[in-house]
Amino acid sequence: SGQTLADIKHTVFLTKEQASRPQFTNSPTMIVMVGLPARGKTYISRKLTRYLNWIGVQTQGECILYIFIYLYRDYSKEPKDCVSAVFDATNTTRERRGVIISFAKEKGYKVFFIESICDDPEIIEANIMEVKLSSPDYEDCDKEEALDDFVKRIECYKTNYVSLDEEKDRHLSYIKIFNVGSRYLVNRVQDHIQSRIVYYLMNIHVTPRSIYLSRHGESELNLLGRIGGDSGLSTQGKKYASALAEFIRNQAIKDLKVWTSHMKRTIQTAEALGVAYEQWKALNEIDAGMCEEMTYEKIQENYPEEFAMRDQDKYRYRYPKGESYEDLVHRLEPVIMELERQENVLVICHQAVMRCLLAYFLDKSADELPYLKCPLHTVLKLTPVAYGCKVESFYLNIKAVNTHRERPANVDVTRGPEEALRTVPDHF
Amino acid sequence: MRGAGRSNHTRGDPDRTVCMTNCPTLIVTVGLPARGKTYISKKLTRYLNWIGVPTKEFNVGQYRRECVKIYKSFEFFRPDNEEGLKIRKECASAALNDVRQYLTEEGGQVAVFDATNTTRERRETINRFAEQNGFKVFFVESVCEDPDVIAENIVQVKLGSPDYTHCNTEQAVEDFMKRIKCYENSYQPLDEVLDRDLSFIKIIDVGRRYLVNRVQDHIQSRIVYYLMNIHITPRSIYLCRHGESDLNVKGRIGGDSGLTFRGKEFAHYLGQFIHAQGISDLKVWTSQMKRTIQTAEALGVPYEQWKALNEIDAGVCEELMYEEIQQRYPLEFALRDQDKYRYRYPKGESYEDLVQRLEPVIMELERQENVLVICHQAVMRCLLAYFLDKSAEELPYLKCPLHTVLKLTPVAYGCKVESIYLNVDAVNTHRERPENVNVHRSAADALQTVPAHL
Repeated sequence: SGQTLADIKHTVFLTKEQASRPQFTNSPTMIVMVGLPARGKTYISRKLTRYLNWIGVQTQGECILYIFIYLYRDYSKEPKDCVSAVFDATNTTRERRGVIISFAKEKGYKVFFIESICDDPEIIEANIMEVKLSSPDYEDCDKEEALDDFVKRIECYKTNYVSLDEEKDRHLSYIKIFNVGSRYLVNRVQDHIQSRIVYYLMNIHVTPRSIYLSRHGESELNLLGRIGGDSGLSTQGKKYASALAEFIRNQAIKDLKVWTSHMKRTIQTAEALGVAYEQWKALNEIDAGMCEEMTYEKIQENYPEEFAMRDQDKYRYRYPKGESYEDLVHRLEPVIMELERQENVLVICHQAVMRCLLAYFLDKSADELPYLKCPLHTVLKLTPVAYGCKVESFYLNIKAVNTHRERPANVDVTRGPEEALRTVPDHF
Repeated sequence: MRGAGRSNHTRGDPDRTVCMTNCPTLIVTVGLPARGKTYISKKLTRYLNWIGVPTKEFNVGQYRRECVKIYKSFEFFRPDNEEGLKIRKECASAALNDVRQYLTEEGGQVAVFDATNTTRERRETINRFAEQNGFKVFFVESVCEDPDVIAENIVQVKLGSPDYTHCNTEQAVEDFMKRIKCYENSYQPLDEVLDRDLSFIKIIDVGRRYLVNRVQDHIQSRIVYYLMNIHITPRSIYLCRHGESDLNVKGRIGGDSGLTFRGKEFAHYLGQFIHAQGISDLKVWTSQMKRTIQTAEALGVPYEQWKALNEIDAGVCEELMYEEIQQRYPLEFALRDQDKYRYRYPKGESYEDLVQRLEPVIMELERQENVLVICHQAVMRCLLAYFLDKSAEELPYLKCPLHTVLKLTPVAYGCKVESIYLNVDAVNTHRERPENVNVHRSAADALQTVPAHL
């Protein structure tokens, strides 16, 4: 029909590392979102992009491009123009998908369709209220009228909507999500990344809930400015554990799950809550290998070069016989997957671990992640809202040492000890 | 879920592991004969046990064979055969009874009820049974109309069945096809609308398409993920360790040393062996440790490094000889011999931890076709245990000698193993469980089974 990709209104979400990685060992994958308005396409696209960025898809030599399809050329038209829009779109959307597939074939991309189908009016209404009515189109409208108007718009599109067909589209790779996850139809998963995407999509949900992240209470080693180890809580740390218990009680959370690591300090903190908790080895603090239980001063004394290299690339740097933040993200992936499945959860963990989890929820880059501020004795309450996450920070008013070391100005291996240790926080 | 590296602890009792509060799960297969139900049941059971979820399969056909000693013909399965129907119903009940016992009294977490279960009525009966006993139900249906796939199934698993020992191939196939016909008329596949309140996965054409409905919880989500990653394309998996390393000859565990001269020789012969196998599209995986990477380098083909394939972390015992471990940590050494699977080296890992970190490797191995995995002794034991369905007790003592390649080829319901020793001498690194595992044992008793080294 002479249509090109440019003719089809689309939004492209790119994964962050795309620009810096021109060489791909596997063909890049194009993900195409399909569905009527208010079916969660943008929500899913953004969440999936965030997840793929976090697990570092680009490091596996794969690249994801998104094209977010609107079914009709100009969906911002007023309802009275609906008829002409319908008239306009006599080319069926299968044809439109054909354009995309040709484009992909030309470029050597794999294509994976994600279709969201919803016939539950309550869910649609909730979607519209949460994300559509805040759009400029409805600035001056009464909410009820706006909702009504939007629902009418969708009706116009329904008549020409062509869903992915089991028979006609049997050669395509796709997942159809019905009613926010009560049912899925998966067709021809081609490779590892598509399999991971399917698994992820099948685990996420939209039930309102909150995730509470906190570190263990201040530990004995914290006081001494030593990293890692497996020490117990200090006096202040124990006070925090009690304060945390009270805080949680006051939040009156329905069916709260509590998770800790296998290390004493998180377990002791959870014990004070007086509720059942689950221990995850995956939540253990980053393994500092040869530097375990050392102060930063000691690390600078014994391994000045390692110390500098860490400052140069804190995300990828691996302690000798230890781990990197990158390794940590990898081992935390099952935790994230289970957090997605769960509802209200309190995770009592450690500084590096909490930074990784926070980066996932707040879509922070690999460069920002190792420097996220996660102070002791502070609970972060994360509540998914619209396309992102609301963060509330609660400092429980129990004093603790600061364990946050900023990136120093000089990260060169030739730097002097003073420059290296400039940003080390105070300790005994 | 145990073995997922997590344990539930209740207040005031941090050392006691409490069983998961989730109720047991009953997996129910659905499908005509020769659709891979038993294949799926056995494979799923093997996987769940390996990741630490106590699982058992209950094959109703087995119960039938025990009841009706001699199988005569497909007539037994005719829908108008009252006698046959009665026996089949009784067998199903007997199996469900054993399921109940396994899940409520024997500590089972998942039971796989393997039968055709092709009518809605039968499935309703099972649902009621599960409800009465507080089990969650998850249906796994296999739908396939590809005559080639069905024919291959029959050849691979039916012809060798006890039912057909007295027949020739032609007779067996003919009888079996008639058997399938007996079920076809009354087959009511799981339906998107009629069965919308059930939890199930419908596998269509051996994995080309899946319909997944109402996944209730974590274990069902893992089961779905696993089922969506397995395939039946013929292929082989080659497992071997790195070539002999410097620390190996010194009798030291762990570390990150390079290959000895003999180790390099092995790498060279490994390259020749792989080449001679003439495998199409072979993927090669190594760990991130020098010795596996050096081994792979000699092959002259691209390879992928997995941190997850790194050897078990021996923590404070890294790079020690067994004699030194006995000297410095005699208590730890004995505790390890008492429960080698669950024992965790101080500041290190256990075999149980290893299994957990190898799970994504297994998942990817399932997705792949021909793969050569160059790894380490403990890691190879874990992978082997998965493929050969070895228990947690056997796993840490599986023999995985240096310079020997194991070629695993899936066949029927299991795995054929070929062991190829590449004829390059190497030290023995296998330490058998000594007789005396008591914490008060003498050094001599503890070191009795340590293999010779420099």
